[in-house]
Amino acid sequence: MLHIVNKSPFESSGLESCLRTAQPGAAVLLIEDGVYAATTAAAAQKMRASAQAGDLRWYALAPDIEARGMRGRVAEGIELIDYAGFVDLVTTNNTVQSWL
Amino acid sequence: MAEATQVGKAGPKKFALINRRAPHGTIYALEALEVVLIAATFDQDVSLVFLDDGVYALAKGQKTTGIEVKNFSPTFRALEDYDINKLYVERESLQKRGIDVDDLLIPVEVLDAKQIGALMAQQDVVLSF
Repeated sequence: MLHIVNKSPFESSGLESCLRTAQPGAAVLLIEDGVYAATTAAAAQKMRASAQAGDLRWYALAPDIEARGMRGRVAEGIELIDYAGFVDLVTTNNTVQSWL
Repeated sequence: MAEATQVGKAGPKKFALINRRAPHGTIYALEALEVVLIAATFDQDVSLVFLDDGVYALAKGQKTTGIEVKNFSPTFRALEDYDINKLYVERESLQKRGIDVDDLLIPVEVLDAKQIGALMAQQDVVLSF
């Protein structure tokens, strides 16, 4: 299953609820303002660690990271993908939930 | 059209509607209710899931005359007539808001967050509201 989060974790409960429900092995893709959760900011690190972080696969959309000047702040363990990679994630997962 | 025919042939799909917003500040909760009725009309296998502020949509005692919008909450009671019986509420969301199952308009199944996650993973289609 793929979870897509598009809101800043500091503004919205989307990521929090995503992490509460996500099952081991699920993929989490951060896009738009959601990419701030991919950074090394202490609060973001803490949120990612609060889940079974080791059991989740983390992705962030590179163009959104670049657009926000966050390239140098992406945390370890997060795979940056392009739009084609986004499509691959959507097509290879049976179910997709967007935490709008 | 071609796609609709295909769905018909394949039989009902499993739909989950995820309700995460409070009822009257935005149109989402009402729209979800419209969609669930449409899905039921097409004999699809529909589950309604309430979490985060979405649980407020099921609160008893909503009176909307003062804000001049339609009180659609009684419609939840009609879902049974459409054979929609799969209603799930997340335990954590209820607890966080101090809401008890008895405070809700209709009987629901209370699941914890991980069970909600498992339910979502079983669906053919997940729609977010």
